[in-house]
Amino acid sequence: MNPSLSEAAPNSRPGRGWRDRIETALPRIVLGPTLLCALIFIYGFILWTAWLSFTESRLLPRYEFAGLLQYIALFQNERWWTALTNLGIFGSLFIGVCMVTGLLLAILLDQRIRAEGFLRAIYLYPMALSFIVTGTAWRWILNPGLGLQHLMRQLGFETFTFEWIITPGMSIYAVVLAGAWQSTGFVMALFLAGLRGVDDAIIKAAQVDGAGPVRIYTRIIIPSLRPVFFSSLIILSHIAIKSFDLVMALTGGGPGFSSDMPATFMYTFAFNRNQIGLGAASAMMMLMTVVAVVVPMMYSETRRHRRG
Amino acid sequence: MADFQRTQTAGSHVVGRSIIYALLILFALYYLMPLFVMISTSLKTLDDIRAGNLVSLPVEITFDAWAKAWSGACTGVDCDGLKGNFWNSVSFVVPAVLISTLIGALNGYVLTMWRFRGSDLFFTLLLLGCFIPFQVVLLPMAQTLGYIGIANSIAGLIFVHVVYGLAFTTLFFRNFYVAVPDEMIKAARIDGAGFFRIFWRIILPISPPIIVVCIIWQFTQIWNDFLFGVVFSSGQRQPITVALNNLVNTSTGVKEYNVDMAAAVIAALPTLFVYVVAGKYFMRGLTAGSVKG
Repeated sequence: MNPSLSEAAPNSRPGRGWRDRIETALPRIVLGPTLLCALIFIYGFILWTAWLSFTESRLLPRYEFAGLLQYIALFQNERWWTALTNLGIFGSLFIGVCMVTGLLLAILLDQRIRAEGFLRAIYLYPMALSFIVTGTAWRWILNPGLGLQHLMRQLGFETFTFEWIITPGMSIYAVVLAGAWQSTGFVMALFLAGLRGVDDAIIKAAQVDGAGPVRIYTRIIIPSLRPVFFSSLIILSHIAIKSFDLVMALTGGGPGFSSDMPATFMYTFAFNRNQIGLGAASAMMMLMTVVAVVVPMMYSETRRHRRG
Repeated sequence: MADFQRTQTAGSHVVGRSIIYALLILFALYYLMPLFVMISTSLKTLDDIRAGNLVSLPVEITFDAWAKAWSGACTGVDCDGLKGNFWNSVSFVVPAVLISTLIGALNGYVLTMWRFRGSDLFFTLLLLGCFIPFQVVLLPMAQTLGYIGIANSIAGLIFVHVVYGLAFTTLFFRNFYVAVPDEMIKAARIDGAGFFRIFWRIILPISPPIIVVCIIWQFTQIWNDFLFGVVFSSGQRQPITVALNNLVNTSTGVKEYNVDMAAAVIAALPTLFVYVVAGKYFMRGLTAGSVKG
């Protein structure tokens, strides 16, 4: 131990009263600002937004209670329903594709692969990019004029058509495509870490019992990855519900508002259309969706942990 | 890990391995394709883009598009490229990363070594904060920044990113310090070392790995942020992600895809660089940040 640490023995020091008191209060003083920030800027602001959602606020916030007006307006808004439908489509496909591809890649990488680190780095690099960059790149790739469609036609597939990005009703699938490209590597990394944690002894035992690779994977390894499935599910649903940047960069919510998501809806109404009340109501619905999806998952997982 | 090869015959073994490698390489090409397309498009002329296709190499390499993206492209009203926005991003990302990391380290230290009644509750409160969709704080924050007088300023962006980054940085350090043996701290306390002395002399010297993870994580998050940037800043003060989006959506004259792609690569370069240099820590941050608590 560092000798200088032992030079001050508190019991023999005079006037230790207030020094000690400060010393004991220090942990609280240090946490204080963060606690204050959390209480004000997270919990206080949620209440503030909740309050706004019960008012008639438009361009400027107003604070007279107006009941459920905005929520009624929200659910009568065709665009909000499009956003919710799109969240459903995007959420399920995005999560599904990321999970399946991520698990597949992790299992393939886990077969004593040469250059594993290199391949892993390739699958994971999109995570370092901004969704805006990803959106910009895919917007160019999916561009019907000069992008993939053009390439395929040059290669001789004269009738090849790939116009998701400009087709209402299909543009949301373009968002899935780009979103999955960006996030699959992340899920792969989680699964790979999980696979490395599986107990070798159990696998050896199963092999001795004559179980083949497929059986070992489906019966032993994959079921034991349950916690990884859960954390990936939580993170991916979280990404899906918050999806904003990618939509803005890839389709801008278009054509029309056919690829709108709750987050872009909220932004458009709260900040571009001066409908603060409606924007606040949509933000509250997003929060409730997160709570409804994430909290039960976390709760069931922590309970499993506690029970061992 | 699982070694299945020995149970198989030699022939099927070779076939199996080839299929595995083929799949892995196909996936690798798929993941690399957009980056390749971005870079090669950014080095082409517009004529070259129209004559060639997505995967064709530039006929002759030109950096004109890069020059224009950096200092001449229109991002809305202004036509002076991304350079101003690039330095904007640097000027709020660096302080925000450092401040949130420092506070996170102190918080994590308290939450593990100086626990008091209520500190666990505090941690739970903070942890739940990781999960809120930020849309739910945007309107009040826009008002508040106006009241304080830091709306549409670098200070405002630093403030917002620090406030909403604290949950993550605290989580990183707390989870790291939990594994530090109590005995070390107890001995130091018996020797009369105080709160900051222990932090400075014992805790910080063992912290570099988690500091690197935390800084990389925060840097990537804040550099890549779009939501706070687009809501809390405008015009000259916008971060690079917002400027890139404006540039791509500016519809005056001929669409210059090469400039769009050069701009996208410029916006991606800092985080890509960090990824290439410190990929190991990047990955650690991802897994640490995701397997919460």
